[in-house]
Amino acid sequence: MVLQSLLKNCLQLSCILRTPKAGFRSTMSGGLIIQSTSNDVYQNLAVEDWILDHMNLENRQVLFLWRNSPAVVIGRHQNPWQEFNLRLLRQKNIKLARRRSGGGTVYHDLGNINLTFFTTRKKYERMENLKLVVKALKALRPQLDVHVTDRYDILLDRQYKISGTAAKLGRTTAYHHCTLLCNADKFVLSSVLKSPYKGLKSNATPSVPASVKNLFEEDPSLTCEMLLDAIAEEYATQHQIDHHITLINPADETLLPGINNKTKELQTWEWVYGKTPKFSVSTCFNMVYKDSFLDVKVDMDVKHGRIEVCNIDLPEQWLPPALCSELVKSLTGSKFCPNETTTLATTLLRVCPQDNELHSRWNLLCENMIMLM
Amino acid sequence: VCIHRVRSCSSIRFIKSKYVCVFDKSALKFSHQQRLFRTSAVSCGQIVQFKLSDIGEGITEVTVKEWYIKEGDSVSQFDSICEVQSDKASVTITSRYDGIIRKLHYNLDEIAYVGKPLVDIEIDASKGVAPEEDVVETPPMSHEEHTHQEIKGHKTLATPAVRRLAMENNIKLSEVVGTGKDNRILKEDILNYLAKQTGAILPPSPKAEIIPPLPKSDTVPAAPKDKARKIPVPVSRPIVFSGKDKTEPITGFHKAMVKTMSAALKIPHFGYCDEIDLTQLVQLREELKPLAQIRGIKLSFMPFFIKAASLGLLQYPILNASLDESCQNVTYKASHNIGVAMDTEQGLIVPNVKNVQVCSVFEIASELNRLQSLGSAGQLGTNDLTGGTFTLSNIGTIGGTYAKPVILPPEVAIGALGKIQVLPRFNGKGEVFKAQIMNVSWSADHRIIDGATMARFSNLWKSYLENPASMLLDLK
Repeated sequence: MVLQSLLKNCLQLSCILRTPKAGFRSTMSGGLIIQSTSNDVYQNLAVEDWILDHMNLENRQVLFLWRNSPAVVIGRHQNPWQEFNLRLLRQKNIKLARRRSGGGTVYHDLGNINLTFFTTRKKYERMENLKLVVKALKALRPQLDVHVTDRYDILLDRQYKISGTAAKLGRTTAYHHCTLLCNADKFVLSSVLKSPYKGLKSNATPSVPASVKNLFEEDPSLTCEMLLDAIAEEYATQHQIDHHITLINPADETLLPGINNKTKELQTWEWVYGKTPKFSVSTCFNMVYKDSFLDVKVDMDVKHGRIEVCNIDLPEQWLPPALCSELVKSLTGSKFCPNETTTLATTLLRVCPQDNELHSRWNLLCENMIMLM
Repeated sequence: VCIHRVRSCSSIRFIKSKYVCVFDKSALKFSHQQRLFRTSAVSCGQIVQFKLSDIGEGITEVTVKEWYIKEGDSVSQFDSICEVQSDKASVTITSRYDGIIRKLHYNLDEIAYVGKPLVDIEIDASKGVAPEEDVVETPPMSHEEHTHQEIKGHKTLATPAVRRLAMENNIKLSEVVGTGKDNRILKEDILNYLAKQTGAILPPSPKAEIIPPLPKSDTVPAAPKDKARKIPVPVSRPIVFSGKDKTEPITGFHKAMVKTMSAALKIPHFGYCDEIDLTQLVQLREELKPLAQIRGIKLSFMPFFIKAASLGLLQYPILNASLDESCQNVTYKASHNIGVAMDTEQGLIVPNVKNVQVCSVFEIASELNRLQSLGSAGQLGTNDLTGGTFTLSNIGTIGGTYAKPVILPPEVAIGALGKIQVLPRFNGKGEVFKAQIMNVSWSADHRIIDGATMARFSNLWKSYLENPASMLLDLK
């Protein structure tokens, strides 16, 4: 019976934590600190889902520490095209993940640490958690000027954002997670988190851009490990538990039954792109073709990541109208994705008249369409 | 006793039935002038307004970001109803009741208020499920060892469909162990319970038929009477199959494939197959692989196949041609842009190596590497995917020997390569030796290509590959 053994494992998890000590109460103490051994953003997000769904946090709260290899993480209801440079992301092979909590877009790499505070829904309290983090930082480096704003950001020197927050509330459990910039690549961060896409209209949650700074810039002696340790120490003190961090492997199906399915789901196109709230693209671009300039106007409605409605306004007779409508018909219903559009466009070429002039015009138009995605 | 009264042309009003007296009246409200549909005339439902519960931190309003259900859907307790967002917190609202959604009080992106109605649910009173007052306040189930026993005293969680299944099979829900969330009983649990009872195997998927019956009966596999695979005799309990057909529209890439293949159908194909002895080529490749590795390129067999094809096309240019739509003119293409079929997540894509006629084997290998890595990353450009004149499909990497490939218009020929197998063959002296054999299956457009041309091309291609040194003579 899956659930029972699952719960046994949870108890096991807490048993690992318990270093045998005199006078130590068993499962009734306040907390558990776990750290992921993986740098895979999908696996780590899956752990959050798993804990939200399977752990009973009535008598014990959990702090989860994790770091990711380069990835952009968008909020549950955000639009990737609106938030950052998808093309650059793909070129640099940076991963894209959509988390289940709300909030804005962040860039993760190994110089950024992530903290997730799990509690029951009733005990959900973001301010307290952030104050804990600030207290830990001040204990580590008393001269640091860090404070929490009422937007749940942590600012350094009153101007630079070093931490952003988001939260997810389930039926009985909740989590609040935040980032903390220690030594992240600010150059990549700022170049990726700038969207080149024009003409987008959507009700998706927009991100609020902010100037960021690494704690490392303020104090070069700081490392991610030191920060993680300081925060774990403060958490342990406040929850009256051992300062002991349990390492967990997010791929361990016996410890976390069902985790691999959760990881897979987070990587599907349907989740990452398909969950984008409905939006429309309304833009024009110029094409230069053999000494002539052409204006093309494109209107598209995208729902669930797929093109619902598509309209392309070309100068008359530049391409045979039958071919144009064939393109529009094929685009309708297909994913708003450059790869899908490329394969679609090139496959369609096979069934139209074999004319070099026609082919180069077609390729030019399709290249420009693909740039929109 | 249930009474219906049709009020106006489009609204039907429900009247409280006897069953409803069990419920706490303060929690119930009747909605007037609701547009409602009735699927059955018999059962009576109670409309309950499900209010948005407290989010915490003093939050009073949220934005509705996604609905998981629509009006008319049935929900079970704890099913997700919608996703709302408030100040960077995303909240999943789950249903408190089993029933049918009758009204959504908000549209997407509207502001919803805590304490105000979110959805109206029609509770099926005949099932006797008592709704809990406030799910958020109930203490979570104690996850101790005796959770199982608690199920007996606690309300068993199961959807109406699962309850019906249990009823049909005379199963007491309290005796079934639930493996769903919060010990909810799922369809699988009922099926497992049934399986344990009867010892029969309930085939949940077609694959199960291939698996021999588990309870080892006295039938010996070699018994002449049971030639076909033995399927266990169904016992008195009905075999339940809970799978459903799934229909999806064909979109995007697949739509384009449909068009291409339908056009290909118009081409009268003929096939020609042969067997190639690659023993010498295998040896040659082993020698050259490390050299290519030093230059940073992975060398497979394909570059050799592609180059040999190009050399063949120089002798038989009609195979690198294109027939126009009206079948009036044939265009002999100057460039040998040889396409290589690739299997990706999306399906079949065919990027091509341009101008093979002026490329060395190494250059072809390096271009293939580039196309393969772009292909697996989903980043092939239009230029790589257009302009092909001839195609090779190495289906042998997956498996198979002979194939019947379909010509990709506007081309006129295609070759499918089977897997390389080690087989015994006779040499010139009549001795048996180990040969590396690969089968090739060509398809060509019979409107402009005849069998003899295809055979001669194939023989030439074959001779280059069986004796790689001969390629040196003709390499440009």
